[in-house]
Amino acid sequence: MHMATTLTINGETKSFDAPPDMPLLWVLRDILGMTGTKFGCGIAQCGACTVHVDGKAVRSCVLPVSAVANRVITTIEHVGTTPAGAKVQKAWLEAEVVQCGYCQSGQIMSAAALLAATPNPDDSDIDAAMAGNICRCGTYVRIREAIKQAANGRQS
Amino acid sequence: MNAHNSVSRRTLLTGSLATGFLLAFHLPLRAAVNEPVQPEDKTDDKFAPNAFIRIDPEGLTTLVMPQVEMGQGIYTAVSMILAEELDADWAKVQLLHAPANEKLYGNPIFIIQATGGSTSVRAFWKPLRDAGASARAMLVQAAAAQWGVDPASCTTSKGEVTHKASGRTLGYGALAAAASGQTPPKDVPLKDPKDFVYIGQPFKRLDTPEKVNGKAVYGIDAIVPNMKFATLAQCPVFGGKVGKVDDHAARKIPGVRQIVVLDDLVAVVGDHMWAAKKGLDALDIAWNEGPNAKIDSKAIWEDLRAASAKDGVVAKSTGDIAKGLASGEKIEASFELPFLAHATMEPLNATVHCKPDSCEIWTGTQIMARVQSEAAKAAGLPIEKVTVNQHLLGGGFGRKLEPDMVVAAVRIAKQVEGPVKVVWTREEDIQHDVYRPVYRDTIAATLSGGKIASWKYKIAGAAIIARWLPPAFQKGIDIDAVDSATDVPYEIPNVHVEYVRAEPPAIPTGFWRGVGPNNNVFAVECFIDELARKAGKDPVEFRRGMLANQPRFLSVLNLAAEKANWGQPLPARVGRGVCLQPSFGSFIATVVEAEVDEQGEVNLRRATSVVDTGIAVNPDTIVAQVEGGLIFGLTAALYGEITIEKGRVQQSNFNDYRMLRINQTPKIEVHVVKSGEAPGGIGETGTTAGPPALRNAIYAATGVALRRLPIDRKLLAAGKKA
Repeated sequence: MHMATTLTINGETKSFDAPPDMPLLWVLRDILGMTGTKFGCGIAQCGACTVHVDGKAVRSCVLPVSAVANRVITTIEHVGTTPAGAKVQKAWLEAEVVQCGYCQSGQIMSAAALLAATPNPDDSDIDAAMAGNICRCGTYVRIREAIKQAANGRQS
Repeated sequence: MNAHNSVSRRTLLTGSLATGFLLAFHLPLRAAVNEPVQPEDKTDDKFAPNAFIRIDPEGLTTLVMPQVEMGQGIYTAVSMILAEELDADWAKVQLLHAPANEKLYGNPIFIIQATGGSTSVRAFWKPLRDAGASARAMLVQAAAAQWGVDPASCTTSKGEVTHKASGRTLGYGALAAAASGQTPPKDVPLKDPKDFVYIGQPFKRLDTPEKVNGKAVYGIDAIVPNMKFATLAQCPVFGGKVGKVDDHAARKIPGVRQIVVLDDLVAVVGDHMWAAKKGLDALDIAWNEGPNAKIDSKAIWEDLRAASAKDGVVAKSTGDIAKGLASGEKIEASFELPFLAHATMEPLNATVHCKPDSCEIWTGTQIMARVQSEAAKAAGLPIEKVTVNQHLLGGGFGRKLEPDMVVAAVRIAKQVEGPVKVVWTREEDIQHDVYRPVYRDTIAATLSGGKIASWKYKIAGAAIIARWLPPAFQKGIDIDAVDSATDVPYEIPNVHVEYVRAEPPAIPTGFWRGVGPNNNVFAVECFIDELARKAGKDPVEFRRGMLANQPRFLSVLNLAAEKANWGQPLPARVGRGVCLQPSFGSFIATVVEAEVDEQGEVNLRRATSVVDTGIAVNPDTIVAQVEGGLIFGLTAALYGEITIEKGRVQQSNFNDYRMLRINQTPKIEVHVVKSGEAPGGIGETGTTAGPPALRNAIYAATGVALRRLPIDRKLLAAGKKA
C-alpha cells in the first residue's frame, strides 16, 4: 500500500506517496530527487546514508519513512545552514579531506551531529561518533584532523 | 565544476577530428586547430586549439579531462599542468569530462581511453604541457599581430598577454577569436620547471567543494526524466543461468512495474529502488547453477599450488641462477594472496535509455570508449548511436575498468520502455565483482657476506593483461603480474624471475588498486625481512647494504627510518616493519608500527611513508593518495578475503567483508621528497606498501613470519612462534 506522507525535510514540507516501510534513503533519492544522501550498503554498516533526525545522526537506509513523520529531518544539502554543519564543511575543505567523496555526505552528517552535541570532542568521542562511517578512499586521518579544526574554529 | 554536474547538459564533445591518436598527441595539434573540436553547446566563438582547451570571449577557460576523477585528484592535477603551460587564470578555469573518444583522449600508456595503473600524470604530462604551451603561443601570436610587435617581446600570466615595452595587455578571452586564426607553432618550447607557478604548489582541489554539500553528481545520482529504477540478481554461481522464475509474489509489491528475465540475470523494475529491491527479494528464482557449483576455495588453492610447482616463462634472468643457488644454503619460502573485492563506496550502477535507433548511458567509468563499444554490441547498434555521459566515480580501484555493469544495464534497458536506472545492491556488488586474483609466489635465495647472492622468484596467478589488453600480452608474460618483481631495487648478482599463468576456474579476475605490484611487493619485501634475520642483520641495514647504486631508493629508505624512529626501543609485542619498493615510476619507503595483543589481534600504531615521485604536481594530493593508499592496503592485509564455496562467493556486505574504520586508523605521516625528475605514479603506491610493512612489523613484534594474507590472528596469539 502506498500512503500519502508528509515530512519536514530541510525546513520544507514535502508530500508524496510511499509505502510505509520504505526507507527514508530511497524517499530522498528516488522520490524527492535529493541525491546528496548516498546508498552504500543498505544494512546500516557503512554510514553513507547518514541524515539528521531531530539533530541526531541516523542511517536512513534502514529508517522506515513511517517512523519519521513529525520529526525534523536535515540532509547534506541543508546541513550547511546549521552552525556545526557549516564549520564541518569549511574544515573539510581546509583540510582537503575529500577524495572520491561518495561517503563524505555521511561523514559530514555524522561529524556535524557530533559537534552539535559535543563541541570539543576528544579522540575517543570522534572514534565513537565516526566509526560507523566507512571511507574506502581512506580519508580517516584527515577526517579526524578536520573535526578538530572545526571544533577549534567554534571556540575562537 | 558546474558544467559536468548536470545530466541535462551534455558533456559530449562533437567534431570530426579524423586524425589518429599519435597525431593528436605527438604533433603540434595542427589538425585539431584546423578542425576545432568543441562542445556541442555554444561552439561558435570559442578558441579551441586542441582536444583539451576551450577559451570563450569572456576568458572562461574550459579544460577537458582525459582521465576520470575517482578521488585521486586527477582533475586538479590535469588542470594544473594545462594551466601551467597555458598561463591560464586559475580563477577562470572550469572542467568538462571528456567524451568517449579514443583518438583524442586515449591514455598514451594503454593506448585505450582508460584511467588506471597510476598512469595519468605519467602518461599525460608531456601531451598536456604541449597542448597548453601550443595554445599559449597562438594567443601570443594573436596579440603580437594585433599590436604589430614581435611575439618574443610579449609575456603571459594569469590569462593575459602583455607587451611590457608599450604597456599593453589583452586577456585571453579578447584574443580568443584572433587566436583561432593562428597557425599552431611547431616544437613549442616548454617552461623550465624552475619557472612553474602552479605545478608544485599545494592547490585546493576543484572537485571537492561540491562533494561537501551534496551537489556532486555521481553516476548513481543521474536523474533522467521519467526514469524507472531497477535492481538485479545474477546467478550466485559464476556462469550459472536462470532456470525458472516465479514472480507471483513480486508482482504484488506496490511500485513493481516489470520483471525482466534474461538468460543469466533477473531484474525487477519499479518506481523506486525500494520497490525494485522488495520485488527482487520476493522472486522465487530457480537457477541452473551449472558445473561451476562444484568449485571452492580449497580446490582453487590446490590447483594454484600445483601450477606454481611447474616451470614458468622466464621474465628476467641475470647472472647464473643455477650456480648461484648451488653455492650456499638455499632459503625458500612461498607467499599467498587471496581473492579481493573492490567494494567501491558507490555500488555499481548505470542508467540507460535504449530506443530502437539509439542508446544513451549515464554512468561513471574508468573506460569510456570501451563502455561505449561494449554497450553498442549489447544494444545491437552502431557505436556512433551510443552516447556515454561520464560522471564522477564514487571510487574506482579498478572495478570500473570493466564494462559488465553497463552491459547488464543495457540488456535490461532494452526490455524497458523509457530510461531505467540499474543499481546493484551491495550484496550483488560483492558477489559479482571481477576479483583481484589469488597469487602464489615462491622464492629461493642464497646469502653471501650478509647480502643476497642469488634470487629465484616465481609468480603464479591469472594473466589479467591477456584478457584486458591482449596486444600487451607477449610471449606468455603478463607485464602487470611481473611488475615490481623484475625490477627489485637490490643489487643481487644472480636473479631469475618466472611467471606461471594460472587462471582460477570460473572466477572473474581483474585489476585491483595496486595491481601486480600488490602481490610482488608483498612477497619480495616479506622475504627480504626473513633473509635479513637469517643474515643476522637489521632489516633497514640489510636493505641499505644492497642499494649502493640506487640513490633514490637509499634516500627514501634513510628518511623513512629516521622519521619513524627506526631502531628506538619499543614495548613488548610491538614491532616496526619496513617496505621499500619501486612503485609505478615512484620510489617509496614505508615503516609501519604495530602491536600484537595476547589474543593475536593487531593494532596499528603508526605508519610513515617517504615518497620520491619526481616532480610533485599537486603535493597535497600526493600526501592524500599515500595516506588513503596505505589504508586501502592495510584494510586488505587485516581483513580482505573473498572465499568460494559451491561456486559462489561467501561474503556479501560490509559485515563480512570488513573495512578498516577510523577507530583503527593509525597516525600516518607522509613525506614527499623534492625532486626535479619526471613525475611518477602515486595512486597505488601506498596500497602496495601497507601490507608488507605491516607483516614485517608483526614479524618483528612476534617472530611469526606470516606468509599469507589476510593476517591469521590464530598464528599470532601469545606463545606462538614462527
